[in-house]
Amino acid sequence: MSKTERTLEEHELIQRIEGDGQGAFVESYDAEAEVMTINMGPVHPATHGVLRLFLELDGETVMDCKPMIGYLHTGMEKECEDQNWRGAVTIVTRMDYLAPFHNEHAYSRAVEKLLGIEVPPRGVYIRMLMSELNRLTSHLVQFGTQGLDMGAMSAMFYGFREREIITDFFEMVTGLRMNHGYIVPGGVWEDLPDGWQEQVANILDVMPGRLNEYQDLLSENPIFIERTRGVGTITAEECDTLGVTGPIARASGIDWDLRRDMPYEAYDELSFEVPTQEQGDVYARYQIRMAEMVQSVALLEQIVDQMPDGDYKNMDPKLTPPPRSELNRSMEAVIHHFKLVTQGYAVPKGESYFAVESPRGELGAFVVSDGGTSPYRCHVRDPSFYNLQSLPVMAKGGLIADLIACIASLDPIMGGVDR
Amino acid sequence: MALPEILTGMRVVIRNVFKGKETMSYPEVRRQPWPRFKGRHVLERHPDGLEKCIGCELCAGACPADAIYVVGAENKPGARFSPGERYAQIYQINYLRCIFCGLCVEACPTEALLMTTEYEISGTSRDDLVYTKEQLIVDAPIQRHWDTKIEYSPDRTTKQKAGRDGASS
Repeated sequence: MSKTERTLEEHELIQRIEGDGQGAFVESYDAEAEVMTINMGPVHPATHGVLRLFLELDGETVMDCKPMIGYLHTGMEKECEDQNWRGAVTIVTRMDYLAPFHNEHAYSRAVEKLLGIEVPPRGVYIRMLMSELNRLTSHLVQFGTQGLDMGAMSAMFYGFREREIITDFFEMVTGLRMNHGYIVPGGVWEDLPDGWQEQVANILDVMPGRLNEYQDLLSENPIFIERTRGVGTITAEECDTLGVTGPIARASGIDWDLRRDMPYEAYDELSFEVPTQEQGDVYARYQIRMAEMVQSVALLEQIVDQMPDGDYKNMDPKLTPPPRSELNRSMEAVIHHFKLVTQGYAVPKGESYFAVESPRGELGAFVVSDGGTSPYRCHVRDPSFYNLQSLPVMAKGGLIADLIACIASLDPIMGGVDR
Repeated sequence: MALPEILTGMRVVIRNVFKGKETMSYPEVRRQPWPRFKGRHVLERHPDGLEKCIGCELCAGACPADAIYVVGAENKPGARFSPGERYAQIYQINYLRCIFCGLCVEACPTEALLMTTEYEISGTSRDDLVYTKEQLIVDAPIQRHWDTKIEYSPDRTTKQKAGRDGASS
Protein backbone atom coordinates (compact mmCIF):
# COMPACT_ATOMS: atom_id res chain seq x y z
CA MET A 1 0.00 0.00 0.00
CA SER A 2 1.46 3.33 -1.01
CA LYS A 3 1.61 6.24 1.34
CA THR A 4 -1.14 8.31 -0.34
CA GLU A 5 -3.57 5.40 -0.32
CA ARG A 6 -3.08 4.87 3.37
CA THR A 7 -3.53 8.54 4.19
CA LEU A 8 -6.75 8.68 2.23
CA GLU A 9 -8.08 5.62 3.98
CA GLU A 10 -7.17 7.02 7.39
CA HIS A 11 -8.86 10.27 6.49
CA GLU A 12 -12.06 8.45 5.53
CA LEU A 13 -11.91 6.44 8.72
CA ILE A 14 -11.63 9.56 10.84
CA GLN A 15 -14.50 11.17 8.91
CA ARG A 16 -16.68 8.13 9.50
CA ILE A 17 -15.89 8.06 13.21
CA GLU A 18 -16.50 11.77 13.61
CA GLY A 19 -19.74 11.37 11.65
CA ASP A 20 -20.93 8.88 14.28
CA GLY A 21 -20.20 11.39 16.96
CA GLN A 22 -17.16 9.35 18.04
CA GLY A 23 -13.62 10.48 17.52
CA ALA A 24 -10.35 11.41 18.95
CA PHE A 25 -11.86 14.13 21.11
CA VAL A 26 -15.52 13.20 21.22
CA GLU A 27 -16.18 10.45 23.73
CA SER A 28 -19.94 10.19 23.22
CA TYR A 29 -22.83 12.18 21.85
CA ASP A 30 -26.39 11.98 23.15
CA ALA A 31 -28.50 13.33 20.26
CA GLU A 32 -31.71 13.46 22.30
CA ALA A 33 -30.38 15.47 25.19
CA GLU A 34 -27.90 17.24 22.88
CA VAL A 35 -25.12 16.57 25.36
CA MET A 36 -21.67 15.89 24.02
CA THR A 37 -18.86 14.44 26.10
CA ILE A 38 -15.42 15.48 24.95
CA ASN A 39 -11.83 15.21 26.08
CA MET A 40 -9.83 18.31 26.65
CA GLY A 41 -6.18 17.48 26.99
CA PRO A 42 -3.99 15.84 28.26
CA VAL A 43 -1.91 17.69 25.68
CA HIS A 44 -3.63 21.02 25.36
CA PRO A 45 -1.84 24.38 25.57
CA ALA A 46 -4.39 25.86 27.98
CA THR A 47 -4.38 23.06 30.55
CA HIS A 48 -0.99 24.02 32.01
CA GLY A 49 0.67 20.68 31.64
CA VAL A 50 -0.84 17.28 31.19
CA LEU A 51 -4.25 17.82 32.74
CA ARG A 52 -7.04 15.92 31.02
CA LEU A 53 -10.55 17.28 31.40
CA PHE A 54 -13.61 15.21 30.67
CA LEU A 55 -16.25 17.75 29.66
CA GLU A 56 -19.97 17.31 29.27
CA LEU A 57 -21.11 20.06 26.95
CA ASP A 58 -24.46 21.42 25.93
CA GLY A 59 -23.45 23.56 23.01
CA GLU A 60 -20.72 25.68 24.49
CA THR A 61 -21.93 25.46 28.07
CA VAL A 62 -20.04 23.21 30.44
CA MET A 63 -22.54 20.89 32.17
CA ASP A 64 -19.96 18.85 34.00
CA CYS A 65 -16.21 18.74 34.24
CA LYS A 66 -14.05 15.94 35.56
CA PRO A 67 -10.34 16.55 35.94
CA MET A 68 -8.37 13.39 35.24
CA ILE A 69 -4.87 13.28 36.58
CA GLY A 70 -1.95 10.91 36.64
CA TYR A 71 -0.30 11.75 33.33
CA LEU A 72 2.77 13.13 35.07
CA HIS A 73 2.95 10.53 37.80
CA THR A 74 6.62 9.70 38.23
CA GLY A 75 6.54 8.04 41.63
CA MET A 76 8.60 10.69 43.34
CA GLU A 77 7.22 9.95 46.80
CA LYS A 78 8.26 6.32 46.39
CA GLU A 79 11.61 7.39 44.99
CA CYS A 80 12.30 9.30 48.22
CA GLU A 81 12.27 6.01 50.09
CA ASP A 82 15.34 4.91 48.11
CA GLN A 83 17.34 7.98 49.08
CA ASN A 84 18.85 8.95 52.37
CA TRP A 85 17.34 11.89 54.25
CA ARG A 86 19.70 14.36 52.61
CA GLY A 87 19.36 12.94 49.10
CA ALA A 88 15.55 12.98 49.22
CA VAL A 89 15.72 16.79 49.09
CA THR A 90 16.79 16.55 45.45
CA ILE A 91 13.65 14.51 44.70
CA VAL A 92 11.21 16.55 46.80
CA THR A 93 12.25 19.78 45.10
CA ARG A 94 11.06 18.44 41.74
CA MET A 95 7.44 17.93 42.79
CA ASP A 96 5.95 21.43 42.55
CA TYR A 97 8.57 22.67 40.13
CA LEU A 98 7.52 26.32 40.28
CA ALA A 99 7.92 26.42 44.06
CA PRO A 100 11.00 24.27 44.65
CA PHE A 101 12.10 26.14 47.77
CA HIS A 102 8.76 25.61 49.45
CA ASN A 103 8.89 21.87 48.81
CA GLU A 104 12.35 21.65 50.31
CA HIS A 105 11.32 23.91 53.14
CA ALA A 106 8.33 21.80 54.20
CA TYR A 107 10.29 18.56 53.90
CA SER A 108 13.32 19.90 55.77
CA ARG A 109 11.21 21.27 58.59
CA ALA A 110 9.36 17.97 58.94
CA VAL A 111 12.67 16.10 59.19
CA GLU A 112 14.05 18.67 61.63
CA LYS A 113 10.98 18.15 63.79
CA LEU A 114 11.82 14.45 64.05
CA LEU A 115 15.49 15.14 64.66
CA GLY A 116 14.63 17.80 67.24
CA ILE A 117 17.27 20.24 66.04
CA GLU A 118 17.41 23.99 65.70
CA VAL A 119 18.39 26.00 62.65
CA PRO A 120 20.72 28.96 63.29
CA PRO A 121 19.11 32.40 62.78
CA ARG A 122 20.99 33.11 59.55
CA GLY A 123 19.76 29.83 58.09
CA VAL A 124 16.21 30.76 59.06
CA TYR A 125 16.46 34.12 57.35
CA ILE A 126 18.07 32.71 54.22
CA ARG A 127 15.20 30.24 54.02
CA MET A 128 12.65 33.05 54.28
CA LEU A 129 14.55 35.12 51.70
CA MET A 130 14.52 32.32 49.16
CA SER A 131 10.91 31.37 49.91
CA GLU A 132 9.64 34.90 49.36
CA LEU A 133 11.64 35.31 46.14
CA ASN A 134 10.22 31.99 45.03
CA ARG A 135 6.71 33.30 45.72
CA LEU A 136 7.46 36.19 43.38
CA THR A 137 8.70 33.92 40.57
CA SER A 138 5.72 31.62 40.91
CA HIS A 139 3.18 34.45 40.90
CA LEU A 140 4.95 36.05 37.94
CA VAL A 141 4.52 32.85 35.96
CA GLN A 142 0.86 32.79 36.98
CA PHE A 143 0.49 36.40 35.89
CA GLY A 144 2.07 35.60 32.54
CA THR A 145 0.05 32.47 31.84
CA GLN A 146 -3.18 34.05 33.03
CA GLY A 147 -2.63 36.87 30.56
CA LEU A 148 -1.64 34.46 27.82
CA ASP A 149 -4.78 32.37 28.31
CA MET A 150 -6.90 35.52 28.19
CA GLY A 151 -5.21 36.57 24.94
CA ALA A 152 -2.86 39.16 26.42
CA MET A 153 0.43 37.98 25.01
CA SER A 154 2.60 40.77 26.40
CA ALA A 155 1.80 39.78 30.01
CA MET A 156 3.71 36.58 29.36
CA PHE A 157 6.78 38.46 28.15
CA TYR A 158 6.77 40.88 31.07
CA GLY A 159 6.15 38.21 33.67
CA PHE A 160 9.01 36.09 32.43
CA ARG A 161 11.30 39.11 32.09
CA GLU A 162 11.01 39.86 35.81
CA ARG A 163 11.19 36.20 36.71
CA GLU A 164 14.50 36.04 34.87
CA ILE A 165 16.15 38.53 37.27
CA ILE A 166 15.10 36.41 40.23
CA THR A 167 16.06 33.05 38.72
CA ASP A 168 19.40 34.65 37.95
CA PHE A 169 19.76 35.34 41.67
CA PHE A 170 18.74 31.75 42.43
CA GLU A 171 21.50 30.58 40.11
CA MET A 172 23.97 32.84 41.87
CA VAL A 173 23.08 31.38 45.28
CA THR A 174 22.21 27.75 44.61
CA GLY A 175 23.91 27.00 41.29
CA LEU A 176 20.69 26.08 39.55
CA ARG A 177 17.76 28.06 38.23
CA MET A 178 15.15 25.48 39.21
CA ASN A 179 15.10 22.34 41.38
CA HIS A 180 17.78 23.69 43.64
CA GLY A 181 18.11 21.24 46.51
CA TYR A 182 19.24 24.21 48.56
CA ILE A 183 17.23 24.01 51.78
CA VAL A 184 18.36 20.86 53.55
CA PRO A 185 17.52 19.45 56.98
CA GLY A 186 19.62 21.49 59.39
CA GLY A 187 19.83 24.71 57.44
CA VAL A 188 20.78 25.57 53.89
CA TRP A 189 23.34 24.00 51.57
CA GLU A 190 25.69 26.95 51.31
CA ASP A 191 25.96 30.47 52.64
CA LEU A 192 24.88 33.41 50.50
CA PRO A 193 27.71 34.42 48.16
CA ASP A 194 29.46 37.78 48.24
CA GLY A 195 27.49 40.48 46.52
CA TRP A 196 24.08 39.00 47.24
CA GLN A 197 22.85 42.29 48.74
CA GLU A 198 23.34 44.13 45.46
CA GLN A 199 21.44 41.49 43.55
CA VAL A 200 18.50 41.49 45.97
CA ALA A 201 18.56 45.29 46.12
CA ASN A 202 18.33 45.30 42.34
CA ILE A 203 15.30 42.99 42.44
CA LEU A 204 13.65 45.16 45.09
CA ASP A 205 14.42 48.27 43.04
CA VAL A 206 12.90 46.89 39.89
CA MET A 207 9.87 45.04 41.19
CA PRO A 208 7.58 47.78 42.58
CA GLY A 209 7.73 49.76 39.34
CA ARG A 210 7.09 46.67 37.27
CA LEU A 211 4.13 45.68 39.47
CA ASN A 212 2.62 49.12 38.82
CA GLU A 213 3.15 48.52 35.12
CA TYR A 214 1.14 45.32 35.37
CA GLN A 215 -1.68 47.23 37.02
CA ASP A 216 -1.74 49.60 34.04
CA LEU A 217 -1.43 46.77 31.57
CA LEU A 218 -3.93 44.20 32.78
CA SER A 219 -5.72 45.08 36.01
CA GLU A 220 -7.72 47.94 34.54
CA ASN A 221 -7.98 46.54 31.05
CA PRO A 222 -11.74 46.36 30.27
CA ILE A 223 -11.29 43.32 28.02
CA PHE A 224 -9.48 41.47 30.78
CA ILE A 225 -12.08 42.49 33.36
CA GLU A 226 -14.86 41.38 31.03
CA ARG A 227 -13.27 37.94 30.74
CA THR A 228 -12.60 37.51 34.47
CA ARG A 229 -15.17 39.42 36.57
CA GLY A 230 -17.85 37.11 37.94
CA VAL A 231 -16.30 34.12 36.18
CA GLY A 232 -15.50 30.88 37.98
CA THR A 233 -17.00 31.92 41.28
CA ILE A 234 -16.42 29.78 44.35
CA THR A 235 -17.70 30.52 47.83
CA ALA A 236 -15.87 30.31 51.12
CA GLU A 237 -17.97 27.28 52.20
CA GLU A 238 -17.08 25.41 49.03
CA CYS A 239 -13.41 26.23 49.57
CA ASP A 240 -13.62 24.88 53.11
CA THR A 241 -15.35 21.70 52.01
CA LEU A 242 -12.88 20.98 49.21
CA GLY A 243 -9.78 21.79 51.23
CA VAL A 244 -8.82 24.67 48.97
CA THR A 245 -6.09 26.90 50.38
CA GLY A 246 -3.87 29.74 49.30
CA PRO A 247 -4.81 32.63 47.02
CA ILE A 248 -7.99 30.87 45.84
CA ALA A 249 -9.36 30.57 49.38
CA ARG A 250 -8.27 34.12 50.23
CA ALA A 251 -10.03 35.43 47.13
CA SER A 252 -13.25 33.89 48.50
CA GLY A 253 -12.90 35.62 51.85
CA ILE A 254 -11.11 33.00 53.94
CA ASP A 255 -8.58 34.98 55.94
CA TRP A 256 -6.01 32.24 56.40
CA ASP A 257 -2.29 32.39 55.82
CA LEU A 258 0.06 29.94 57.50
CA ARG A 259 2.81 32.54 57.66
CA ARG A 260 0.67 34.66 59.97
CA ASP A 261 -1.67 32.15 61.62
CA MET A 262 0.78 29.32 62.29
CA PRO A 263 4.04 31.24 62.11
CA TYR A 264 7.09 29.19 61.22
CA GLU A 265 10.71 30.29 60.85
CA ALA A 266 10.78 33.97 61.85
CA TYR A 267 7.66 35.22 60.10
CA ASP A 268 6.24 36.40 63.43
CA GLU A 269 9.12 38.89 63.67
CA LEU A 270 8.15 40.52 60.38
CA SER A 271 5.15 42.67 59.65
CA PHE A 272 3.05 42.03 56.58
CA GLU A 273 -0.59 41.97 55.56
CA VAL A 274 -2.62 39.11 54.23
CA PRO A 275 -4.70 40.41 51.34
CA THR A 276 -8.23 39.04 51.06
CA GLN A 277 -11.13 39.56 48.67
CA GLU A 278 -14.79 38.60 48.88
CA GLN A 279 -15.88 38.00 45.28
CA GLY A 280 -14.17 34.62 44.77
CA ASP A 281 -13.99 35.01 41.00
CA VAL A 282 -11.06 34.83 38.60
CA TYR A 283 -10.42 38.55 38.85
CA ALA A 284 -10.30 38.44 42.67
CA ARG A 285 -7.77 35.62 42.55
CA TYR A 286 -5.69 37.64 40.11
CA GLN A 287 -5.86 40.66 42.43
CA ILE A 288 -4.84 38.57 45.45
CA ARG A 289 -1.74 37.36 43.68
CA MET A 290 -0.80 40.91 42.65
CA ALA A 291 -1.26 42.10 46.23
CA GLU A 292 0.76 39.17 47.55
CA MET A 293 3.65 40.13 45.30
CA VAL A 294 3.61 43.62 46.83
CA GLN A 295 3.62 42.04 50.31
CA SER A 296 6.49 39.73 49.34
CA VAL A 297 8.56 42.73 48.25
CA ALA A 298 7.81 44.39 51.61
CA LEU A 299 8.80 41.19 53.43
CA LEU A 300 12.01 40.90 51.43
CA GLU A 301 13.04 44.40 52.42
CA GLN A 302 12.64 43.51 56.10
CA ILE A 303 14.46 40.18 55.66
CA VAL A 304 17.44 41.85 53.98
CA ASP A 305 17.61 44.50 56.72
CA GLN A 306 17.46 41.98 59.55
CA MET A 307 19.71 39.29 58.03
CA PRO A 308 21.79 38.04 60.96
CA ASP A 309 25.37 36.82 60.83
CA GLY A 310 26.68 33.47 61.95
CA ASP A 311 26.23 29.87 60.91
CA TYR A 312 23.86 29.10 58.06
CA LYS A 313 23.32 25.49 59.07
CA ASN A 314 23.41 23.30 62.11
CA MET A 315 27.06 22.39 62.53
CA ASP A 316 26.44 19.15 64.44
CA PRO A 317 29.13 16.81 63.00
CA LYS A 318 26.65 13.91 63.08
CA LEU A 319 24.37 15.85 60.72
CA THR A 320 26.52 18.08 58.55
CA PRO A 321 29.65 16.89 56.75
CA PRO A 322 32.77 18.59 58.13
CA PRO A 323 34.33 21.51 56.24
CA ARG A 324 36.58 20.36 53.45
CA SER A 325 39.70 21.85 55.01
CA GLU A 326 39.27 19.50 57.98
CA LEU A 327 39.44 16.38 55.82
CA ASN A 328 43.17 16.69 55.20
CA ARG A 329 44.18 16.86 58.85
CA SER A 330 41.55 15.24 61.04
CA MET A 331 40.87 11.49 60.95
CA GLU A 332 37.64 12.07 62.87
CA ALA A 333 36.43 14.41 60.17
CA VAL A 334 37.16 11.81 57.49
CA ILE A 335 35.18 9.20 59.42
CA HIS A 336 32.22 11.55 59.84
CA HIS A 337 32.38 12.50 56.17
CA PHE A 338 32.49 8.87 55.09
CA LYS A 339 29.60 7.86 57.37
CA LEU A 340 27.42 10.77 56.25
CA VAL A 341 28.03 10.21 52.54
CA THR A 342 27.67 6.44 52.47
CA GLN A 343 24.85 6.03 55.00
CA GLY A 344 23.54 9.43 55.93
CA TYR A 345 22.22 10.24 59.36
CA ALA A 346 19.60 8.22 61.17
CA VAL A 347 16.38 9.95 62.12
CA PRO A 348 14.54 8.86 65.30
CA LYS A 349 11.50 6.67 64.84
CA GLY A 350 8.27 8.58 64.47
CA GLU A 351 6.22 10.66 62.11
CA SER A 352 5.80 14.35 61.61
CA TYR A 353 3.92 16.82 59.46
CA PHE A 354 4.96 20.33 58.64
CA ALA A 355 3.21 22.78 56.36
CA VAL A 356 4.41 25.99 54.79
CA GLU A 357 2.49 28.61 52.84
CA SER A 358 3.52 27.99 49.25
CA PRO A 359 2.43 30.29 46.40
CA ARG A 360 -0.49 27.91 45.82
CA GLY A 361 -1.52 27.28 49.41
CA GLU A 362 -0.71 24.91 52.23
CA LEU A 363 2.19 22.73 51.15
CA GLY A 364 2.85 20.12 53.78
CA ALA A 365 5.28 17.26 54.08
CA PHE A 366 4.45 14.15 56.07
CA VAL A 367 7.46 12.00 56.80
CA VAL A 368 7.62 8.70 58.63
CA SER A 369 10.85 7.30 59.94
CA ASP A 370 11.48 3.77 61.12
CA GLY A 371 14.68 4.93 62.75
CA GLY A 372 16.76 4.29 59.64
CA THR A 373 18.78 6.48 57.35
CA SER A 374 16.14 6.89 54.66
CA PRO A 375 12.48 7.93 54.84
CA TYR A 376 10.06 5.08 55.49
CA ARG A 377 7.38 7.19 53.83
CA CYS A 378 7.41 10.70 52.51
CA HIS A 379 4.09 12.17 51.50
CA VAL A 380 3.65 15.70 50.27
CA ARG A 381 0.33 17.46 50.60
CA ASP A 382 0.51 19.50 47.46
CA PRO A 383 -1.93 22.42 47.24
CA SER A 384 -2.34 22.02 43.46
CA PHE A 385 -3.94 18.62 43.97
CA TYR A 386 -6.56 19.95 46.39
CA ASN A 387 -7.15 23.19 44.50
CA LEU A 388 -7.78 21.26 41.31
CA GLN A 389 -10.80 19.61 42.96
CA SER A 390 -12.53 22.99 42.93
CA LEU A 391 -12.41 23.22 39.13
CA PRO A 392 -15.78 21.45 38.53
CA VAL A 393 -17.42 23.82 41.03
CA MET A 394 -16.03 26.84 39.23
CA ALA A 395 -16.61 25.63 35.68
CA LYS A 396 -20.15 24.24 35.93
CA GLY A 397 -22.63 26.35 34.03
CA GLY A 398 -20.00 28.52 32.39
CA LEU A 399 -18.62 28.60 28.89
CA ILE A 400 -15.55 26.71 27.68
CA ALA A 401 -13.70 30.01 27.43
CA ASP A 402 -14.47 30.64 31.12
CA LEU A 403 -13.12 27.20 31.95
CA ILE A 404 -9.79 28.25 30.44
CA ALA A 405 -9.82 31.33 32.66
CA CYS A 406 -10.58 29.13 35.70
CA ILE A 407 -7.67 26.76 34.98
CA ALA A 408 -5.30 29.69 34.59
CA SER A 409 -6.48 31.23 37.87
CA LEU A 410 -6.10 27.89 39.69
CA ASP A 411 -2.46 27.78 38.60
CA PRO A 412 -2.21 24.00 38.95
CA ILE A 413 1.26 22.50 38.68
CA MET A 414 0.84 18.99 37.38
CA GLY A 415 4.20 17.91 38.74
CA GLY A 416 2.79 18.64 42.18
CA VAL A 417 -0.63 17.14 41.49
CA ASP A 418 0.71 13.75 40.42
CA ARG A 419 4.05 13.62 42.24
CA MET B 1 -16.18 53.60 26.26
CA ALA B 2 -13.17 51.86 27.67
CA LEU B 3 -10.66 53.63 25.50
CA PRO B 4 -8.65 55.43 28.24
CA GLU B 5 -7.86 52.16 30.06
CA ILE B 6 -6.78 50.44 26.88
CA LEU B 7 -4.59 53.42 25.98
CA THR B 8 -2.95 53.27 29.44
CA GLY B 9 -2.14 49.62 28.79
CA MET B 10 -0.83 50.38 25.32
CA ARG B 11 1.39 53.09 26.75
CA VAL B 12 3.14 50.43 28.86
CA VAL B 13 3.66 48.28 25.80
CA ILE B 14 4.96 51.16 23.67
CA ARG B 15 7.29 52.33 26.43
CA ASN B 16 8.74 48.85 26.63
CA VAL B 17 9.31 48.69 22.88
CA PHE B 18 12.03 51.35 23.20
CA LYS B 19 13.64 49.86 26.32
CA GLY B 20 16.09 47.57 24.60
CA LYS B 21 16.13 43.83 24.28
CA GLU B 22 16.02 41.44 27.22
CA THR B 23 16.81 38.44 25.07
CA MET B 24 20.07 37.53 23.40
CA SER B 25 20.82 35.75 20.13
CA TYR B 26 22.00 32.57 21.73
CA PRO B 27 24.55 30.76 19.61
CA GLU B 28 26.45 34.00 18.92
CA VAL B 29 26.06 35.51 22.38
CA ARG B 30 26.41 33.08 25.24
CA ARG B 31 25.31 33.67 28.76
CA GLN B 32 28.10 33.27 31.30
CA PRO B 33 26.67 31.53 34.35
CA TRP B 34 27.54 32.49 37.91
CA PRO B 35 30.58 30.77 39.44
CA ARG B 36 28.39 28.49 41.57
CA PHE B 37 26.59 27.11 38.53
CA LYS B 38 26.37 23.34 38.58
CA GLY B 39 27.34 22.29 35.10
CA ARG B 40 29.25 19.37 33.66
CA HIS B 41 31.90 17.70 35.79
CA VAL B 42 35.65 17.47 35.49
CA LEU B 43 38.18 15.30 37.27
CA GLU B 44 41.20 17.19 38.48
CA ARG B 45 44.87 16.27 38.65
CA HIS B 46 47.55 17.07 41.21
CA PRO B 47 50.22 19.59 40.13
CA ASP B 48 52.61 16.70 39.52
CA GLY B 49 50.23 15.13 37.02
CA LEU B 50 48.83 12.33 39.19
CA GLU B 51 45.06 11.98 39.36
CA LYS B 52 43.32 13.23 42.47
CA CYS B 53 40.61 10.58 42.17
CA ILE B 54 41.35 7.61 44.40
CA GLY B 55 38.50 5.41 43.15
CA CYS B 56 36.65 5.39 46.49
CA GLU B 57 33.19 5.39 44.82
CA LEU B 58 31.75 7.82 47.35
CA CYS B 59 30.39 9.96 44.49
CA ALA B 60 28.63 6.95 43.01
CA GLY B 61 27.13 6.18 46.42
CA ALA B 62 25.95 9.72 47.01
CA CYS B 63 24.36 10.17 43.57
CA PRO B 64 20.55 10.21 43.92
CA ALA B 65 20.12 9.37 40.23
CA ASP B 66 22.70 6.53 39.96
CA ALA B 67 24.46 8.40 37.18
CA ILE B 68 28.04 7.63 38.20
CA TYR B 69 29.83 4.35 37.62
CA VAL B 70 33.25 3.83 39.14
CA VAL B 71 35.49 0.79 39.21
CA GLY B 72 38.57 1.20 41.31
CA ALA B 73 41.87 -0.67 40.94
CA GLU B 74 45.15 -0.92 42.81
CA ASN B 75 48.10 1.20 41.77
CA LYS B 76 51.09 -0.95 40.79
CA PRO B 77 54.70 0.12 41.20
CA GLY B 78 55.15 0.28 37.44
CA ALA B 79 51.84 1.96 36.68
CA ARG B 80 50.96 4.67 39.16
CA PHE B 81 47.94 6.86 38.43
CA SER B 82 47.15 8.45 41.79
CA PRO B 83 49.17 9.16 44.95
CA GLY B 84 47.14 6.78 47.12
CA GLU B 85 46.76 3.02 46.96
CA ARG B 86 43.87 2.99 44.52
CA TYR B 87 42.76 4.82 41.39
CA ALA B 88 39.64 4.83 39.22
CA GLN B 89 40.09 2.31 36.44
CA ILE B 90 36.70 3.12 34.94
CA TYR B 91 34.99 6.41 35.66
CA GLN B 92 31.77 7.25 33.83
CA ILE B 93 29.10 9.90 34.32
CA ASN B 94 25.87 9.34 32.47
CA TYR B 95 24.48 12.75 31.57
CA LEU B 96 21.18 11.20 30.58
CA ARG B 97 20.64 10.48 34.26
CA CYS B 98 22.54 13.28 36.01
CA ILE B 99 20.30 15.82 37.74
CA PHE B 100 23.14 18.27 38.57
CA CYS B 101 22.42 18.31 42.30
CA GLY B 102 26.09 18.50 43.27
CA LEU B 103 25.96 15.77 45.94
CA CYS B 104 28.86 13.96 44.24
CA VAL B 105 31.07 17.04 44.53
CA GLU B 106 30.12 17.32 48.20
CA ALA B 107 30.97 13.64 48.67
CA CYS B 108 34.39 13.66 47.02
CA PRO B 109 36.99 13.50 49.81
CA THR B 110 39.97 14.55 47.67
CA GLU B 111 38.36 17.39 45.67
CA ALA B 112 38.98 15.43 42.51
CA LEU B 113 35.45 15.77 41.15
CA LEU B 114 34.37 19.34 40.46
CA MET B 115 31.64 21.01 38.52
CA THR B 116 32.19 23.56 35.78
CA THR B 117 29.90 26.22 34.40
CA GLU B 118 29.53 24.46 31.07
CA TYR B 119 25.87 23.84 30.37
CA GLU B 120 25.84 22.84 26.72
CA ILE B 121 25.68 19.08 27.03
CA SER B 122 24.10 17.39 24.06
CA GLY B 123 24.84 14.47 21.82
CA THR B 124 23.50 12.57 18.87
CA SER B 125 23.31 9.19 20.59
CA ARG B 126 22.92 7.80 24.06
CA ASP B 127 26.53 6.64 24.09
CA ASP B 128 27.67 10.20 23.39
CA LEU B 129 26.28 11.30 26.72
CA VAL B 130 28.03 8.72 28.85
CA TYR B 131 31.19 10.66 29.55
CA THR B 132 34.25 8.52 30.19
CA LYS B 133 37.27 9.26 32.32
CA GLU B 134 39.23 10.50 29.27
CA GLN B 135 36.58 13.14 28.59
CA LEU B 136 36.20 14.18 32.20
CA ILE B 137 39.81 14.47 33.25
CA VAL B 138 41.52 17.82 32.71
CA ASP B 139 45.23 18.24 32.26
CA ALA B 140 45.59 22.00 32.19
CA PRO B 141 46.26 23.86 35.44
CA ILE B 142 42.98 25.19 36.77
CA GLN B 143 42.08 28.48 38.34
CA ARG B 144 39.72 28.13 41.25
CA HIS B 145 36.78 30.39 41.89
CA TRP B 146 35.28 28.38 44.65
CA ASP B 147 36.34 25.84 47.22
CA THR B 148 34.97 22.96 45.21
CA LYS B 149 34.30 24.78 42.02
CA ILE B 150 36.31 25.59 38.95
CA GLU B 151 35.76 27.81 35.98
CA TYR B 152 36.22 25.91 32.76
CA SER B 153 35.70 27.78 29.56
CA PRO B 154 35.63 25.67 26.45
CA ASP B 155 37.24 27.07 23.34
CA ARG B 156 34.73 29.63 22.17
CA THR B 157 33.97 33.31 22.35
CA THR B 158 31.86 34.22 25.33
CA LYS B 159 30.48 37.69 25.61
CA GLN B 160 30.31 38.02 29.35
CA LYS B 161 27.52 39.61 31.29
CA ALA B 162 25.55 40.49 28.19
CA GLY B 163 22.33 39.20 29.67
CA ARG B 164 22.88 40.14 33.25
CA ASP B 165 23.29 43.85 32.56
CA GLY B 166 20.33 43.81 30.24
CA ALA B 167 18.12 42.18 32.85
CA SER B 168 19.02 44.58 35.62
CA SER B 169 18.43 47.78 33.65
